[in-house]
Amino acid sequence: MTDQITTDPGKPAQRMRAGSLTLTVAPWIIAAIALMIMPLIFQSNSALTIMNQMWITVIFALAYNMLLGQGGMLSFGHAVYMGLGGFFCMHIMNYVEDFGLALPLPLLPLFGGVFGMGFAMIIGSFSTSGAGTRFAMISLGVGELIAACSVIIVAFFGGEEGISGDRTYGLPFFGIEFLKQIEVYYLISFWLILSALLMYLFSRTPVGRMANAVRDNPERAQFLGYSARWVRFYSFCASGFFCGIAGGLFAISYEILTEENLNAASSGVILLVTFLGGVGFFFGPIIGAIVFTLLQTVLSLQTELWAIYVGALFLATVMFFPGGLAGLIMMHVPAYRLGKARGLVVPYIKTLVPAAIGILGICALIEMVFHYRHGATGDVEMTLFWTTFDSHTVLPWVIAGAIALVGIGIARATAPSLKEAWDEANTAGGAS
Amino acid sequence: MSVPALELNGLKKSFGKAEIIRGIDLSIGKAERHAIIGPNGAGKSTLFNLITARFPPTSGTVKLHGEDLAGLEPYQINRKGLSRSFQITNIFPAMSVFENVRCALLWAQGYKYSFWNLVNNSRSLTEGADAILDQINLLERRNLPAGTLSYAEQRALEIGITIAGGADVIMLDEPTAGMSHSETDYITELIMKVTEGKTLLMVEHDMGVVFGLADRISVLVYGEIIATNTPELVRADPKVQEAYLGAALEEEH
Repeated sequence: MTDQITTDPGKPAQRMRAGSLTLTVAPWIIAAIALMIMPLIFQSNSALTIMNQMWITVIFALAYNMLLGQGGMLSFGHAVYMGLGGFFCMHIMNYVEDFGLALPLPLLPLFGGVFGMGFAMIIGSFSTSGAGTRFAMISLGVGELIAACSVIIVAFFGGEEGISGDRTYGLPFFGIEFLKQIEVYYLISFWLILSALLMYLFSRTPVGRMANAVRDNPERAQFLGYSARWVRFYSFCASGFFCGIAGGLFAISYEILTEENLNAASSGVILLVTFLGGVGFFFGPIIGAIVFTLLQTVLSLQTELWAIYVGALFLATVMFFPGGLAGLIMMHVPAYRLGKARGLVVPYIKTLVPAAIGILGICALIEMVFHYRHGATGDVEMTLFWTTFDSHTVLPWVIAGAIALVGIGIARATAPSLKEAWDEANTAGGAS
Repeated sequence: MSVPALELNGLKKSFGKAEIIRGIDLSIGKAERHAIIGPNGAGKSTLFNLITARFPPTSGTVKLHGEDLAGLEPYQINRKGLSRSFQITNIFPAMSVFENVRCALLWAQGYKYSFWNLVNNSRSLTEGADAILDQINLLERRNLPAGTLSYAEQRALEIGITIAGGADVIMLDEPTAGMSHSETDYITELIMKVTEGKTLLMVEHDMGVVFGLADRISVLVYGEIIATNTPELVRADPKVQEAYLGAALEEEH
């Protein structure tokens, strides 16, 4: 899946191709097996819901990255394609229920995909003539337009309540009624593997390769016989298709769609997810979607301020690791190749553990400020990291501040030796 | 006489009031190696951009194998068998060297906008790209990002991308600009090798390269061709000497 440059320059082409085949097939099998056994490990309904949401976000983020990472097009209104696919599927669901058509539920996302692609064809016909600011602005405008339409065209969007349906509408599919969460989980997992595989294969097709070329240098691509505009258009339509599939799965999973599925906030989230994971690698958005969904669901149960932490994480990613989490992982490949990755473990522990403790200290201070300002009058007790204390006394503040200072201080002191170890691990030769 | 590979008739280009190309007539036969020389600012690169439709001409026509190219987009002209390189290196820096060349082969091998073929499964693509890399001596750099190559290597890659599609008319814009002596020799030899049997139109400053490569030379001064002839006769032409001498004198003041 690491479609960047991962092979040794010296190896002959034939051997490399055989090697890359096992390299490319193995992750898919592992992913499929992981998807199958996940519900055996996390059995609760809420865990299933979180995973469903996660896998839908993965499809959406991968589809989004077909534009951003592969094609170099920054869209600010991509929730529209997922949302419209979802709305359309919801209508089909209700239509089938009313008129009793024989449409098995597992096929429903396909209709969302076709609808998403159809809409992408319309918008793409005029938005893909450039990739820069113009494209971004059109995507933003179309996004706002459709979001505004949702309260105007009530027949399709259902106004403020949105539209809802019942996934157990039709004929059972081989005896499965999709009444239970676990059945929906496997349906989503099936579509996840299929969509991810197709999106990956798309990136290996001529038009997918040219999408990269157009991203890097549209003019040169023109002088190789390819119209940059058409290459972008095809990427855009393909992205719309998979967004629509994600929308269809959303409709099945939640049985309701509202304006929220179309608006700029949702479009912003998918940009954040994709960037957090890393746009430069195919698997980047997958990591981004998993991490973000976990933060959004699990962290939000712990603290009301989860969005601050996610925002800070996003900022840190953009500023320090433009390659995202995937880039961060892939950064270690050269050291691993040189067989020196092990030399990094101890310096990492020495720096990252104090840094983590220091950051937790800062988080504690933020939480205490929030509690101090927003806690109900008279409610001075708060619980943080399994410790209950009075947020209106001085001592907890001193402790939290001290932890933050000491943690960050140690991290700063050990950072140079980490850098040294890093340089050493990335230099060929010498003692390991 | 057979149809010339490239024919320019009364080609003019103005940017606002400034007339950069002032009526060019030029006919280049098949399999001819033709060089355009001239002082800085003579309009050599502009002429290239007019021929390849990077800019539209103000008036005049460009014919490729007798076919008028008016109104065509660069990608359409490329599909008709005309390929060019750029004065400023114009490659895909984030993609691997191999990928750069493979992208240049896609249209020529008939893949068009296909999304049902996998590029890795195509033996002719892989072998074709490797053959080009072998020709331009970059096989060892195959999997490196193109942006990390040395300047001379990037220029070689640029030529590789230009010839990969199998175009029969090749246009090279200052292929040896900014190169050392040994690098220039390497590129000259490379050009000689890869344009065998093809029509070549090149802009070049290095006279050694020009006189070594070209069958005929055109001298472009202030948007006009003042002489077109074989290298020996161009060198002896008093008008050319005057133009170059004049330009040299101007530069001194």
